[in-house]
Amino acid sequence: MVSEHEHICWGNDHSHHHHGGHELAVQHVSAHYGEVTALEDICFSLHCGHTLALIGPNGAGKSTLINLLAGLQKPTQGQILWNGKPLHDTRHEIAYMPQRSEVDWKFPITVRELVEMGRYPALGLWRTPNKHDREIVDKALEALQLTDLQKRQIGELSGGQQQRAFLARALAQEAHILLLDEPFTGLDVPGMEALGALLQSLANEGRLIIASHHDLNSAPHIFSHSLLLKRHGIAFGTTKEVLTPQNLLTAFGKQQITTTK
Amino acid sequence: MNEFLQFLGEPIAQRSLWACAVIGFANGFVSALVVLKRSSLQIGTISCALLPGIALAILLFGLMQMSILIGAVIAGLMVGLGSLFVSRTSKVDHDTALSIIHTTGFAIGYIILVRLGLQQKVDDWLFGSIMSMGNSDLWIAYGISAMAVLGITALHRPLLIYLFDAKAAAAMGIPTRAFSYGIFALIILVLVSSLQAVGAFLTLGLLVAPAATMYLLTNRASLMFWGGGLIGGVGSVLAFFLSYPLGWHLGATIIVVLGCIFLSAYIFSPKYGLLRKKR
Repeated sequence: MVSEHEHICWGNDHSHHHHGGHELAVQHVSAHYGEVTALEDICFSLHCGHTLALIGPNGAGKSTLINLLAGLQKPTQGQILWNGKPLHDTRHEIAYMPQRSEVDWKFPITVRELVEMGRYPALGLWRTPNKHDREIVDKALEALQLTDLQKRQIGELSGGQQQRAFLARALAQEAHILLLDEPFTGLDVPGMEALGALLQSLANEGRLIIASHHDLNSAPHIFSHSLLLKRHGIAFGTTKEVLTPQNLLTAFGKQQITTTK
Repeated sequence: MNEFLQFLGEPIAQRSLWACAVIGFANGFVSALVVLKRSSLQIGTISCALLPGIALAILLFGLMQMSILIGAVIAGLMVGLGSLFVSRTSKVDHDTALSIIHTTGFAIGYIILVRLGLQQKVDDWLFGSIMSMGNSDLWIAYGISAMAVLGITALHRPLLIYLFDAKAAAAMGIPTRAFSYGIFALIILVLVSSLQAVGAFLTLGLLVAPAATMYLLTNRASLMFWGGGLIGGVGSVLAFFLSYPLGWHLGATIIVVLGCIFLSAYIFSPKYGLLRKKR
């Protein structure tokens, strides 16, 4: 089933020489807030090179799952493995992208400085960036066509450029897993198509893209795989397999399931 | 003028000058945290809330430097956490809870201090009096200042990531909870150090204006710390030289000078000023 993927090796992390692609495995993961169950017994596994949409009604646990994967909260049960080891032992492998509305766009930081933040897991507290670090930042800026904009303050960019700047930070981090919280919210159709193509190309280079997503119409065009959620997992597989009328009815009930939000 | 030069030769003048420079620099440096975290108003309420803590500590342990410090820290924590607690366990929001708790606390502190016959001290704490800072006061202020500047400089890299994007910082393994408590504690300590210099009412200005000025001048967060420190230090020293000849209150003069510096950046900043060239 699993095809061999070309791995783009940024930097000199030896874990890249791994056969058959890296695998993310979520095993029987549950999360509770006090008495309330946010997620129950979630299971799926996926190799890098794919794009995965987390789909479900409001309160289905999409954000909770993103938080769990990002290490922002701990599962009350179950485990998340990356190549057979606990994911959060390898923090640099995960890059988190916040929702647009959560970002302080007036923060005094340039595009380049934002991308340089991605080097923190490799640099630690005090090591000064060397040539290798600078090259990776240059490369990330170039890959996302931000080289000419690198000295701009982030608020001076267009919406699409802002998103690319955060993606460039993830590239500079040399992360294999990109977690995006509702990245398509508020984008117009051309913006959506551009971001979708970009995520696809980042996945083709050997990364695993995971995003919460609410637009059922666009999901099949953007994501190779989907996980349909309603506290527990309803279906997991390729997006076409998952988004069947029957599954959607289970997840969303009788409310209209074909409209876009 | 001669009289002023003569005054500058006095040890107390030199001591005050040093205190202005150091406290101004440290507060300006830390002000970047306050501005970048957008927590100015909270800090303002906490600075006033230190008064009851100090009053209670004096009531319990007598007028000592240590008791003042501890009382202030406890008061800051009580107001900060207490308002959070009230807002979570009732219908009122955080701002409302904070306003009630800090004004009530302030009123209690004022009553206690006046009843203790410390009217003069109350004035010092409300409006500041660098001249009346004793040696131990100064050393504590210098110690806190050094700690603040060194601590922020050492943790500068993860700190900026945390301030900008706390979730991404947590995903990278940065201990964000420790950072948020650490910042809170550091700000309370810095408030205590400047409490005697500029007073509970005015210390907020010293902890906001310098970095707010830099905010209008630069796109680089790292410059806000050092630039803020420079503005705070230079502004305070300038105020020292203005206040004596003019016969103005020193603490108040510091805040006025910093306010004027901010105003000129607001008007003349090449990038973000009112008079910038329209693109």
